[in-house]
Amino acid sequence: MARTRYATDRGLIARMGVTMFLLGIVFVAFVLALFFVLTYNRRAGSGSSTGLIVIAALIGVGTAFASYYWSDKIALRASGARLVSPGDSAAAARLHGTVDRLCALADMPKPRVAIAPTQMPNAFATGRSSKVAVLCATQGLMDRLDPDELEGVLAHEMSHVAHKDVAVMTVASFLGIVAALLVRFAFYSELFGGGGRGRNNNNNQGALPVILVVMVVGMVVYAISFLLIRLLSRYRELSADRSGALLTGKPSALASALQKVTGDMARIPTRDLRAAEPLNAFYFAPAFSKGRGQVTLSSLFSTHPSLERRLAELAKVSQQLSR
Amino acid sequence: MGFLDTILGRTKPVAPNLDALFALPSAAVTLQAAMDLQPTGSGSACFRAAEGRAFSDIEKDVKELLEMGSGTLPVEVSSDSYGFTWLVCHHTSDDVEGLVTDLHAVNSSLEQGGFGPQLLCTLVGFRSPAGGRLGLVYLYKRGTFYPFAPLAGERRDSALEMQVRGALGDDLKVEPDLGRWFPVWGAPGL
Repeated sequence: MARTRYATDRGLIARMGVTMFLLGIVFVAFVLALFFVLTYNRRAGSGSSTGLIVIAALIGVGTAFASYYWSDKIALRASGARLVSPGDSAAAARLHGTVDRLCALADMPKPRVAIAPTQMPNAFATGRSSKVAVLCATQGLMDRLDPDELEGVLAHEMSHVAHKDVAVMTVASFLGIVAALLVRFAFYSELFGGGGRGRNNNNNQGALPVILVVMVVGMVVYAISFLLIRLLSRYRELSADRSGALLTGKPSALASALQKVTGDMARIPTRDLRAAEPLNAFYFAPAFSKGRGQVTLSSLFSTHPSLERRLAELAKVSQQLSR
Repeated sequence: MGFLDTILGRTKPVAPNLDALFALPSAAVTLQAAMDLQPTGSGSACFRAAEGRAFSDIEKDVKELLEMGSGTLPVEVSSDSYGFTWLVCHHTSDDVEGLVTDLHAVNSSLEQGGFGPQLLCTLVGFRSPAGGRLGLVYLYKRGTFYPFAPLAGERRDSALEMQVRGALGDDLKVEPDLGRWFPVWGAPGL
């Protein structure tokens, strides 16, 4: 059997595993805490917060499922992208040709291909499975990048599809959605109704703290899971960079595309950028118009790793290939 | 891809399947008998050149190996507009076996160098009595073949392609998913 030079990045895999494990622990702790609060609550004789939690969980499941199931339609709608066929234009034919070759190299079913008519250079891929995936490049991306660089970006996006990142990130963010909903519900029920009714009731003195405890638990869980999800997202980006670079065999083309795209992004008018911000999680590079100052905090909160980090990782792949 | 691979976000590059290529000579005989398609004697192997010294060394070795073997006709190297490299071999039209052996040398050299995942496809050219061109394309990663018949102006002669699929029937494993019959416009060796 011939040797392979495609070693997996064990460090990255391990860090991703630990992040997922921590998310799992937070989830278990969350459920346990709620269970605890509820049994305490039942002893105190109120059912109002049980209903609250059940509703929050149901809406959370619904939201997560909807964003998972219709991720392709939502993203296409939000970006104003249009599905194209090879005959539509020279640019569409070129995009299809590149995707065709990448699919044959990676042995993947071909995703649908779309072009977004914006000048911001970017690309995204969504869809719950590789059969219904959509790969979208913006007009600006195709105008600015040369064929090798475009191929690198598309390979990165196809790696997201292959890694089923939409599904993984949906499951991961479910926890955050439920926690955020709980905080909000608890807050409102405290403001109107629930709390007031409780105070009039004689045998219900435990109700006010219970709602407060639920709120605090929700807040803590939301904060922790938010940081973990962002961390996970950054690891998924790095691993898509790596797989994409290995697929095309040209890490340096992807690196130069990254430099062009992030460099150009800063020069685009901010209105366009703000319009694109809700889509960030899908994008190839985040469209934030941030200053240079808040590096530490913004790097904790950002969905994508820093340019320096991504370039360094790609340089490692390049070394591996030329050994 | 397994569950764990999904969770950990890793993909293994797909190794090429090289053996099915040797079914080509008998398929060429079938095509000749059933549809009067003549092999042109030209064929090409297409791969994605990786960056770095390791790959360019292997590429050079392959070229030298092929040029020594075939003796008379030179091996051409060209790259298409998508950045893929094509090695084109020429043989006489009745020597499909020699052609396949040459193409296989490209594959096995790349695979032994650890660059098997860089292989895209191999193409063997045919010509119909009316002068139409047909390429039989082998997809390394799938281990399957499909016909590609280009017409002027980036159109495909789908009728001819379907006929070929019918004629090949049992001789070759034809790619069942038509979505993967991707066009290779202007492929060298066609």
